[in-house]
Amino acid sequence: MTGWTQHLIIAPILIPLAAAALLLFFDERRRVAKAMISLAATVLMGFVAIVLFRAETGLDGFQGVYLLGNWAAPFGIVLVLDGLSALMLLLAALLGLATLVFSLARWHAIGAHFHSMFQLLLMGVNGAFLTGDLFNLFVFFEVMLAASYGLMLHGSGPMRVKAGMHYIAINLVAALLFLIGVSLIYGTSGTLNMADLAARIPEIEPDRRLLLQAGAGVLGIAFLIKAGMWPLCFWLPSAYSAAAAPVAGLFAILSKLGIYVILRLTMLLFGDGPLAGFGSGFLLYGGTATLVFGIIGVLSSQALGRLAGYSVLVSSGTMLMVLGINDGAVSSGALLYMVSSTLTLAAFFMLIELVERGQDAGAAVLAVTMEAYGEGEESELEQAEGVAMPGTMALLGICFAACAILVAGLPPLSGFIAKFAMLSAMMGTGTIGIPPTAAVWTLAALVILSGVASLIAMSRVGIYTFWTSLEGVVPRVLVIEIVPVLFLLALTLVLTIQAGPAMQYMETTIRALSNPEVYIDAVRQAVVIGSSGQGGAH
Amino acid sequence: MEVILSIAIGIMTTCGVWLILRPRTFQVIIGLSLLSYAVNLFIFGVGGVKSNLPPILEQGVPARMLTDPVPQALVLTAIVIGFATTALFLVVLLASRGLTGNDHVDGRNEGK
Repeated sequence: MTGWTQHLIIAPILIPLAAAALLLFFDERRRVAKAMISLAATVLMGFVAIVLFRAETGLDGFQGVYLLGNWAAPFGIVLVLDGLSALMLLLAALLGLATLVFSLARWHAIGAHFHSMFQLLLMGVNGAFLTGDLFNLFVFFEVMLAASYGLMLHGSGPMRVKAGMHYIAINLVAALLFLIGVSLIYGTSGTLNMADLAARIPEIEPDRRLLLQAGAGVLGIAFLIKAGMWPLCFWLPSAYSAAAAPVAGLFAILSKLGIYVILRLTMLLFGDGPLAGFGSGFLLYGGTATLVFGIIGVLSSQALGRLAGYSVLVSSGTMLMVLGINDGAVSSGALLYMVSSTLTLAAFFMLIELVERGQDAGAAVLAVTMEAYGEGEESELEQAEGVAMPGTMALLGICFAACAILVAGLPPLSGFIAKFAMLSAMMGTGTIGIPPTAAVWTLAALVILSGVASLIAMSRVGIYTFWTSLEGVVPRVLVIEIVPVLFLLALTLVLTIQAGPAMQYMETTIRALSNPEVYIDAVRQAVVIGSSGQGGAH
Repeated sequence: MEVILSIAIGIMTTCGVWLILRPRTFQVIIGLSLLSYAVNLFIFGVGGVKSNLPPILEQGVPARMLTDPVPQALVLTAIVIGFATTALFLVVLLASRGLTGNDHVDGRNEGK
């Protein structure tokens, strides 16, 4: 990948930024224009993500390093594209496209600046996936958080403001912890470039290493708050269930962003060398506790929104626990699980809103938000616009069943394949599998138990909603609302059919991650354009 | 100098942590501000505390006669971001006050 494609690496950051800025020039009343710009930018971003993903898969072990402002690596800021970041970019773009289309039905018109915040959120997420610099990661994280505060409150109403206030307060504290961690790491190692830091860790004197570990630990806490590890997760179910449906769908990737950073940093900094295995015990126990808490939460939640919120925790807990096992084959399965569960949860959050439209509680919340923006009079008009699909309930029911199968990890969909890959590696039948001990059996049992718990909760709610629904009101569902849900579910179907290549990709990615020298060398030896190669290697 | 700075950071962190655990939204925001001041000073401190020294590398000047410019740049960014998020939090605080009629963080007024 040379020439113009090299510059494509920065496009996933620039496209949403430019779109967000452009959108500010349009008046709120020009909704169609704003929606079109936002949609065009997201589609364009999707194309770029696909091109980058294909470039990544086409050449084996390719590392795309982009030097911003043509400054050599430890001095300037770098963007790094590798297997993991290409995958996450693609996931973010697909999720963004689906949630944006869903929001065009009504949610984007309920408050101000929806599209600008949406694009800025995507920019922050993409930047965090691409950056190879710790402080730059902080900046992108803050961009993403600032946009997410706005989106969290989108639609207003007492529930959202209350959940949003908790969400903002806890994330502000997390940002402060992030800064403490980053400054401790800088104080001990003298660098903020991830690759440079990884290379310098063996050179740090043992007495300062403790301080570096403290810094890394504090930094980790900041991401674990985002990922929702117990006991830092009590804000998550209420925040996710209070957010507007497309926003909650997009938020599904935010908790995975925390996990992404933890995966990236632990593999890069603590893969081998003097600090090998740092934090993996903590992740293992923390993840297990999160999983148990998630299981209890799933079983105890009455409302669909909270059920989905606790499913996010189950998914995070599984990921963290499995990353704590620190084994290549298990992690590859976990990566597939992450992709599958992100798509599923996003579809589930959007589906919930459609299902609840026929029920009292959901309708009441929507009525309140409509009233708050003085759009109550439009509701009759919107009713007329809705296409009364033949068998709307049947379609919603099928989608709900698909979500239940995916969340619980039943065959035939991708949730099952991902869980199967993790469990078979855990029990030592994988390629690099670990010998099955009592502890590993317990963890495997917990993963299975979480599936059973999700199945019980989902079927209970499903029966209540679809079979014994007392109201008997068929919700009005627009085509552009059901299509994104079907699109995300179809993606999991593709993931199921193409499970072989997908799993191979995950294994290649994890193998590249567990070999950090390639990453470090690629960043350190990135050549400054215009010099004859002596600039990069210093 | 280092001792004074450390004590200042310690006191501000203590007050900040105590305040963010209080039930009133105004106390929480003051607590967050104090914490962010403490963190900013902390970042400033990790570069080594030096006064009256330039952050510019010049020929013939030994490294100990310089201040580290990177923490200063970090602090500047952190201040700007902290300022913006505090302003945003204030707006949410006011919205919550308007919607619930009181300034409790959970929107309910117990004990009265």
